[in-house]
Amino acid sequence: MTTRGLSPPAAILRHAVLLITAALVLMPFVWMLSLSVKPPGEIFRASFSILPEHWYAVENYTKALTAAPLLRFMLNGVIVCAAILVLQVLICAPAAYALAKLDFGGRDLLFGLVLIGLLIPHQVLALPLFIFGYQLGILNTYAALIFPFVVSPFGIFLFRQFFKSIPDDIVHAARLDGLSELAIVWRIMVPMALPAVVAFSIFSVVAHWNDLFWPLIAVRSEELMPPPLGVMAFKNEEAGSDYGPLMAGAMLVVAPLTVAFLVAQRWFVEGLTVGGVR
Amino acid sequence: MTVSAEPLRAERLIAGATVSSRRRARLADAIAAYALAGPAFVLLLCLFILPTFAVFVIAATDWQFGASTINFVGARNFAELLADRAFRISFANTVLYVLIVVPGTVGLGLVLALLIEAGRSLRAFYRAIHFLPFMATLAAMAIAWEALLHPTIGLLNQALATLGLPTANWLRDEATVLPVLAAIGIWQNLGFAMVLYLAGLKSIPQDLYDAADIDGADSWLDRLRAVTLPMLGPVSMFVVIVVALKAFQTFDTVKILTQGGPGHASDVLLYTLYRESFEYLRTGFGAAVTIVFLVIVVTLTLIQARVMERRGPYA
Repeated sequence: MTTRGLSPPAAILRHAVLLITAALVLMPFVWMLSLSVKPPGEIFRASFSILPEHWYAVENYTKALTAAPLLRFMLNGVIVCAAILVLQVLICAPAAYALAKLDFGGRDLLFGLVLIGLLIPHQVLALPLFIFGYQLGILNTYAALIFPFVVSPFGIFLFRQFFKSIPDDIVHAARLDGLSELAIVWRIMVPMALPAVVAFSIFSVVAHWNDLFWPLIAVRSEELMPPPLGVMAFKNEEAGSDYGPLMAGAMLVVAPLTVAFLVAQRWFVEGLTVGGVR
Repeated sequence: MTVSAEPLRAERLIAGATVSSRRRARLADAIAAYALAGPAFVLLLCLFILPTFAVFVIAATDWQFGASTINFVGARNFAELLADRAFRISFANTVLYVLIVVPGTVGLGLVLALLIEAGRSLRAFYRAIHFLPFMATLAAMAIAWEALLHPTIGLLNQALATLGLPTANWLRDEATVLPVLAAIGIWQNLGFAMVLYLAGLKSIPQDLYDAADIDGADSWLDRLRAVTLPMLGPVSMFVVIVVALKAFQTFDTVKILTQGGPGHASDVLLYTLYRESFEYLRTGFGAAVTIVFLVIVVTLTLIQARVMERRGPYA
């Protein structure tokens, strides 16, 4: 549809519509940012302006960082996301290699389990995994936040697809060079499937940084809360009355992924689309 | 005879050696495979397959988490579920929510994709802006939405009042709460639908447009009707299901903004699942709700797999 340029009026219309929808889509972000730099007096004044008369950013953000352990929430998010991603890759990549390149009894069974795993939404597993975690005595620890996600059927599926497209000759050559099977996974397969690894990593980190459902079930202590749960607890404590610091807190939770997204847009769209339609 | 027997035996020996070495290689292969795939196999079993079975078993009991008694009750939880007014409202709300979010998201996503693809300038910019809500932490954005929708200091009511239009307490009014949550759902997912449509548009062969040109489809609208929309049919089917799956899994906005209220006006399936299982600790009942949720999601996913099998992921 792009071989011909649009006529000038059509081009202007296109920009007009897209700028309006873009503004509407951005409105919650803009309002959040706006409230986060306003003093209480201006927030509760019944006249709207985006920019504050008196900047109150330092006060609001300081309060968000001190009244609630917001940095702690973010650190928890980093710890949990990193642990999940590392374990997922460590467990999924070798299994995907075995499925893609090795011949063994039970391969179809394993692949069947992967496909069934793909079908099951995580919320279905919450109840039995909550009981499982309780019996293991790990509820309300980092382990509780991490363990349900250490194996990703989607990760195995995606890596297998990429590994399959790598020629067998490369595997044979690596064996002749004396590489062990595990060395083939980490020194040949994973580096060659880097686009898949990056896409999966983005999908995994975004999914778990944003997840509210499982942390809500798995942990109670404030010092273990990941960002979504933490910011929700902050809102409940403040009873929704202290909007400036609350919005500052929400901004800080949204900021890391948003900045990363704007820097590496193409990768994010790719990763989240592949993950979202699995 | 004796002369020719020797090489024959040698050949056989060599052949035998390669067979056994091949067999040994295959055995080594298998051992390596089990070592590589073993952890994933065990974890899939423990974290996915067995828990799913466990849900079905728990759903057939009257167990309450922490209680020492547990009785087999067969399908009684499901009978209770069907008779439960709150569950029926929650189910109806979920269906209504999905019926608003899916057409809204798919329609807007398609229009956005067509508009972005129609010109060449600022494509990446528009795509990024519209995709932003899909990856932004929804729990935090729900707090921003609450401020936007606040009855007195919210931007929406202030704007409406300025224009002389009626205002509302959007999240506390039974009539508005579900449509407003659905609007947030559309806001969150439209960038996702847009990206899927952009991929679908890219996969339409240029030849078709050339052929349409020759047939006299001159204007953008002509080409849209003759080529683009018909070719997007399969992608649309796919986008509808994927968005429906997302809509069925709505939880964060309900938990943070309404807790299912006022009354049960914004109860949705996943929130009911959460409340029964983890707040009321009605474990058996919660498991029954979980199975309803599972059946819906698995059905949609299987349809999606069917569509993908036929057409590939994006076209």
